[in-house]
Parts: sequence; structure tokens; C-alpha cells
Amino acid sequence: MKTRISIPATAKKGDILNIKTLASHPMHSGFRRDAIGALVPRDIINRFRCEYQGQLVFEAKFGPGTAANPFLSFHLRADERGNVVFIWIDQQGERTEELRFLDIVDDEY
Amino acid sequence: MRSAAASLLIVIIANFLLPAASATVPLTNTLSASASASASASASASASASASASAPVASRAQSGYHFQSSDTQSLQDDDFKNPGMLWVDTGRQYFNDATGSKNKACASCHKKLASSVATTFPKMNQHLGAVVNLTTQIQHCRSQHQQAEPIDYESETALALTAYLANHARGQRADHHVLAPPATLKQSVEDGGRYFNQRRGQLNLSCHNCHQDSVGKMLRGDLISHGQSNGYPIYRLEWQSLGSLHRRFRACDIGVRAQPQALGIDTYINLEAYLKQRGAGLLIETPAVRR
Amino acid sequence: MKRRTLLLGAATGLALQLAPHVYAKRLKATMALFYGEETITVGRVHLKTPPLAENGNSVSLVVDVESPMTENDYVREIRIFADNNPVPMLASYQFSPAAGKAGVATRIRLSNSQTITAVARLNDGTLWSGSSETIVTLAACVDPLL
Repeated sequence: MKTRISIPATAKKGDILNIKTLASHPMHSGFRRDAIGALVPRDIINRFRCEYQGQLVFEAKFGPGTAANPFLSFHLRADERGNVVFIWIDQQGERTEELRFLDIVDDEY
Repeated sequence: MRSAAASLLIVIIANFLLPAASATVPLTNTLSASASASASASASASASASASASAPVASRAQSGYHFQSSDTQSLQDDDFKNPGMLWVDTGRQYFNDATGSKNKACASCHKKLASSVATTFPKMNQHLGAVVNLTTQIQHCRSQHQQAEPIDYESETALALTAYLANHARGQRADHHVLAPPATLKQSVEDGGRYFNQRRGQLNLSCHNCHQDSVGKMLRGDLISHGQSNGYPIYRLEWQSLGSLHRRFRACDIGVRAQPQALGIDTYINLEAYLKQRGAGLLIETPAVRR
Repeated sequence: MKRRTLLLGAATGLALQLAPHVYAKRLKATMALFYGEETITVGRVHLKTPPLAENGNSVSLVVDVESPMTENDYVREIRIFADNNPVPMLASYQFSPAAGKAGVATRIRLSNSQTITAVARLNDGTLWSGSSETIVTLAACVDPLL
């Protein structure tokens, strides 16, 4: 599963960052029919988590009502430098994890 | 009992045939808003939307971008949000990945691939003795030169590679040498033109009837576009996936209740060659986002 | 045979007409499940969907809740509901104060023209909501999955 993440590489402590993510996934709702009329079974990503400093910042739980190739934009308050973890979990429980390092620049310099 | 059921059925059918109140929302506002938004779009067509939503723009080529809602246009304008770019990313990877029994990547032979390569198709492939488009050429390279498993026309691999190469030429004129086609391509363009003007299907409509005569008119909830190909492969919201021009041709054929043809067939390649000439001046927008 | 076909056609037609009512009922039941008899105050939740979506498969949704997002005053979760979709709850989003802002932008699926509602629960337990209406149209030439 391909993912795209947009997060600034550096920030000042206290900045509220806008993070965007995109994942490639057909998100079959289970309601659509194929060329011969059979129902295409539900196959979706149903959870997304963003963790920072060992804590959950943002979590999304979705059903078939989220569009294919799910796009999510949310916020994070920059604090200490460290890894921001992005986790997508599909209905089978398969996880896709991505890491981005957030560097904090000091105001004083 | 029978007449009661019949009258109930008639009432229900009538309910569906009569336009719902919500369908009278004017779409002219949407188009003029999107027309002004598209003025700043990087890949907008040379022929800008001088016409209002209601007046058909018969003669000048216009990109399908101008016939989308502003929400759809915003998806195309943002390379991050544009789901089609996921295929472009994958295509870049495939282009550089070694494959097949010869363990060669596309990049192994095509070391210095010109960014304009997508604009040179369709063209005559002398070895095959047939006019190919970018996708059928890729299929041929894959099985012949890379000695790899043949790939289907609409497979993820073929789509990704086609999208990557077309995106490589984004912003360039789509028509390259099709404007003054060499003798080898002339027949193809003529055949394509004949197909374009030929009525077909149970609805007995030709491409011309909608995409020339009725541009700017409404077809149910759809604003009829000029039927251009400069954004392909496109991310179509209806497909929820990237898809090829030939897939769109098939959808049009199904739409007029004609028999859809096979992907990659010469009829569709000829039509593609004709469309490129008809769309002279338009710039490549791949991956475009369409409804 | 003829009467049976007519009745079947009438029944299907009737069912299709009733679908929005069925979905609205499902929404009511779902909201009762999550919120019971609690008061939901309209306000503080800004929900934006386009007034007209030319394809229900991918509709932009932006939701923001006014909140300082401090340890003492933050939004715990936002749930999105639709009144004319087969599954009434589209998504639920959980936040911690570390998010800094309680807002999400995403793309949703709408099966038909409808009202979308976002309900936010704050850390003090109170519920706030905002809604938006979208008309959904459909492309003229639709094909099955190849």
C-alpha cells in the first residue's frame, strides 16, 4: 500500500502543524457490483493513528463512507524533537507504518 | 387488484421520470466559478473558457478540466491530494525496477528518455507493422525487450507506467507530430475521424453528437465536455481509480448502448490518434481528475 | 404470471422510494445508540461540504471545532453522520490535546443528496453539533468495473 505524508521537517516548539496523509486503497464499500452483477465484498482501511512522543495525537475510525484512496488532514502541536508515527490498519488487521522525524528549532538561535 | 397494482406502478415510475426538485440547482454558477479558478491552473488548455456554461463551444478545443466542479478541479490542482499521483509514483518505481528474464529495467535501455515521449504517441511501430499508443508500446517492450510476463492493458503496472510517462510530459502540447502526421499515421487519423462521426448503439449517437454539437449542455446531472484526451490516464471519481482512455471509450460505448470493444484494439487507437489532432493546442494534464 | 411481475415491480419501486426513510430511521437508531437521551447543542462545530457534489464517490468534508485544546478543555471526539447513506456513521475521529486543533479534512462517500451532521464530544462530556447539506449528482455515462 502506497502512502504519502506531508509534514514539515522542522518546527518551532508550540507550532500547530497541519499534517496531510494519503493512502492508496480501493476502499471497497461492499455495496458496489462488478461487471457481472456480483457484490464486491467490503475491503477497507478502518483505522488510522498518529502517535507522537509515545502518545496518541489523532485517531480516525472509518467505515465504507470514506472515499477510495483515503485522504486525511489533521493537526499536531510541535513539542520535542522526535518521531511522528503514522499507522494505517485495514479490516484484516494488516498494519502499514510510516515514520517521519520532526526536528524542533530553538527560538533563541 | 391488477389495475390497482398497475396504477401504483405507473405512479412510482412517473415519480422517477419527473425531474426531482433538487435537480433544478443551476450549474452555471459552478462552471463560471471554476472557469475563473482554472485561469491560474498550471495545465489549463490554450483555448480558455470564453464561453459561458450554456453556450456550446463547438470549434475550439477545451480541456475537460473546465467542465468539472471546483471541488474536482481542486483535487487535480493539488499534487499531494490528487490520487492519480499515487500511480505516477508507482510508475516511476516500475520504470527503474529490473524485471523479466533479462533482468532489465525500462531505464536500462531508456537511459535518457525525453520528457516529451508521451506526446509522440500514437505512432507507427515498424517492427509490429501497426499503429501503437503509449500503453500498447509499453506492453510490447515488457514482453519483447524485457522478456517479462505480459501485462494487461488496464493492469496496475500498465496504468502506472503510462501515467508516469504521460505525467513526465505534463504541460507540453499533447499533439506533437500528430498535427502534421507522417503518411504512416494519416490513415489512422482518418479512420478515427470516421469513428468519431459515426452514429452507433441503440441510442444511435456518435461522439460528435455529444462532444461537438452539445458541448456545455446538460446530460442528466452531467455537463457535456468537449471529449478531449489530454488528461489521460485520469483519476475518475466514478471509477475511484486511475483508468485509461480506452476504458473511457468503452464507457461511452456502453452509454449509447453500443457493443464496447477490447482495450488496446486498433479502432480505439485510431480514435485516439484522431482525438489528438482534434485537440490541437491542448497541454498534457496527466493525471487529470474527472467525475 | 403477469400480475406477479407487476406486483414485484410495484414493490421494488415502492422500496426504492422508501430507502431515504429507511436510512433516516437507521440514523436515528445509531444516534440513540451513541448518545441516548443526551442533549446535543447546535454550535461550535463548523462542518463544510460542497453544496453540490458531481460524484458521490469522493466529496470533500472539512470539520473544525472551536476549542483551545488544552489539558482542561479539549475535544475528545467528533463523529460524522449521514441521513441518506446505507451506513449512517461515516467516521469517528479521536483527539488528544497534543493535536493543538480539533479539525479534520477528508473525503467521504455520499450515496445520495443528504444532510451531513458532525457531533463533537468535549472532555467535559458536553455534546455539540453542526451540519451541512449536499446535493449529489451522477455522471451520465457510468460503466461497471470493466
